[in-house]
Amino acid sequence: MNAVIAADHLTIRFGAVTAVKDVSFTIGKGELFGFLGPNGSGKTTIIKALCGLLRPSEGTGRILGMDIQKDAAEIRRHVGYMSQKFGLYEDLTVAENMAFYAGVYGLEGQRAQQRTEEVLRLTGIRPYLERRAAQLSGGWKQRLALACAIIHSPEVVFLDEPTAGIDPVARRALWDLLFELSGEGVTFFVTTHYMDEAERCGRVGYIYLSELMALGSIAELRRLPEANPGGTARVQIDVENPSAILDRVRRMEGVREATIFGHSIHALVEEIRLEGIRDVLREARVETIEPSLEDVFVTLTYRIMETSR
Amino acid sequence: MKEHDVYGDGFRGLFRGLVPVCRKEFLHVTRDRGTLFFALLIPILQLFLFGFAVDTNVRQVPTVVLDDSHTQESRDLIARFAASDVFAVRGNVQSPGELDGAIRAGKARVGIRIPFDYARRLQDGTTASVLVLVDGSDSTVAGQAMSSSTGVALEQSLAQVLPSGQLPIEVRPSVLYNPATRSANFFVPGLIAILLQVMTILLIALSLVRERERGTLEQLTMTPVAPLGLMVGKMIPYGVLAFAELCAILAVMRVVFLVPVHGSVVLLLALSLPFLLTVLGLGLVISTRAHTQAEAFQLAMGTVLPSVFLSGYIFLIENMPLFFRGVSRLIPATYYIRIVRGIILRGAGIHDLWVETLVLTLMGCGAILLAARQFVRQSAG
Repeated sequence: MNAVIAADHLTIRFGAVTAVKDVSFTIGKGELFGFLGPNGSGKTTIIKALCGLLRPSEGTGRILGMDIQKDAAEIRRHVGYMSQKFGLYEDLTVAENMAFYAGVYGLEGQRAQQRTEEVLRLTGIRPYLERRAAQLSGGWKQRLALACAIIHSPEVVFLDEPTAGIDPVARRALWDLLFELSGEGVTFFVTTHYMDEAERCGRVGYIYLSELMALGSIAELRRLPEANPGGTARVQIDVENPSAILDRVRRMEGVREATIFGHSIHALVEEIRLEGIRDVLREARVETIEPSLEDVFVTLTYRIMETSR
Repeated sequence: MKEHDVYGDGFRGLFRGLVPVCRKEFLHVTRDRGTLFFALLIPILQLFLFGFAVDTNVRQVPTVVLDDSHTQESRDLIARFAASDVFAVRGNVQSPGELDGAIRAGKARVGIRIPFDYARRLQDGTTASVLVLVDGSDSTVAGQAMSSSTGVALEQSLAQVLPSGQLPIEVRPSVLYNPATRSANFFVPGLIAILLQVMTILLIALSLVRERERGTLEQLTMTPVAPLGLMVGKMIPYGVLAFAELCAILAVMRVVFLVPVHGSVVLLLALSLPFLLTVLGLGLVISTRAHTQAEAFQLAMGTVLPSVFLSGYIFLIENMPLFFRGVSRLIPATYYIRIVRGIILRGAGIHDLWVETLVLTLMGCGAILLAARQFVRQSAG
């Protein structure tokens, strides 16, 4: 498979600070790749480097086979980008913003018109064409931003926390749109710090403290040995009032982690203690489960914190 | 699939994005009517204020007289002082103390004391001395008052020795180019440079920094827009605006301040373009240095004082210490003020002003390239 996006041992330093440390991954055509990590972990920095805005201190990267340093200008013509903050002009109308971006990407005349039509149909933003961007709701702003980011029919689109601060309905609508486009062969690189969004992605990378900690499909990540240490089991404890017994569970022998998950407790316990725990919590139903993505990342993060200590 | 691309990689590619950026910037300008209104109106208002207020010609200096002589001769002398446009006799005092006091209190800037023996000495043919006290706190006024009082004394003396009134020698100074030596003619053209500079630098610097603050610049840097496309695209709308303002200022200068234009207005407008290029470029350089609009505003204002004091607008460059003469050569307003005054006051042509034009053009291109370079470095940082 030809990689559409490839990072090869990327390291980016700002003075003494290492923002990205030895990160490698490849993303194939039409993939919807989720890049998960807390704020300040280096997600935006990686996007900037891949778009040729930042020179990597070490390592290389390729987009559509082009070198991210040498062919930066050419790459930008084939890549769409949607920044974390709403990056369009609030005093211009939806139509004017779109026309501006069509122009910036060198679309003219019929081609521009045709693409505008396509993007309008796709995003459903036509009813708001004459409205100033400032007057749009958060969800519609994001759709406009996406419309502008894909006006030049890019093969690759980078979305930096596209759903930060928009309501659940708008969020789902945006994701549906991303799936539709990725079905048409557009490759997406989406950063987020929402677990549930990451679970929608075909493949996920998890970055923590500038390092890529995990990479793979959701199923692969759930089976990751680091997240399922030998001799342990992941259990779900269903009780009437989970918060009342959380502290008790945490103090039990053999419990490594425990956290509330909806109306139950998720815990990582040592297998040999499992029966003992079942006996103590007679009033509860204790079932072994697959770890959720959050479980995986929390376990990984704990491990890093322990080893760095 | 290869996208249809109207720019290509050659020379046009250097200015990629120019047309859409320019179009968008015009939209911003028309949307933000408030800013537009003030940007255009404030320089005109300032022109009115400064144009009327600034008058360096010394006239009607308040003067008090202590006349100890009380004779026809002393009254003749006072009348001669009063007849000159320079002195305005505001009253008589009775003692030397009062004379000093009037000057110290600022009621008068000149005090004339005629001694009791003034008339007698004139009749005797001995030298009659008259004391003229001048307040030196304003050097221009003091200088003018001293030379004028000497002039008055000289005229009066000549009238004394040459009753016929026939003078053997007469000097007839003829002032070229500003015959009435009106201050407005001198200061208003210079003011054009200052007003134009402040307005233009502010408008363009704020426009770019605003994009940085709002995050729209981040989005733009991820597009194929070339730095020069962005810079020049932004310069065109604000250049047009500044040019319109220039025309308005020139109209006010001509109609309200009655400053005649001796040279070609077309040439003046044409030679204003290199200056606009320079100040627009300067605004762009400032905008690459500033992170907030407040910072950009302060930097823009920082250019005002050097342009006022070191450009020859107020003080003669020839009188400056060597170091500041050097500094004045780095200030764009220095060259533009020479162009404006040359054309308006002296009717100078392009053959007199080509050096200034060339310097401004080079400065402008340099500033734009510097801004573009800074911009590339910044977006990479």
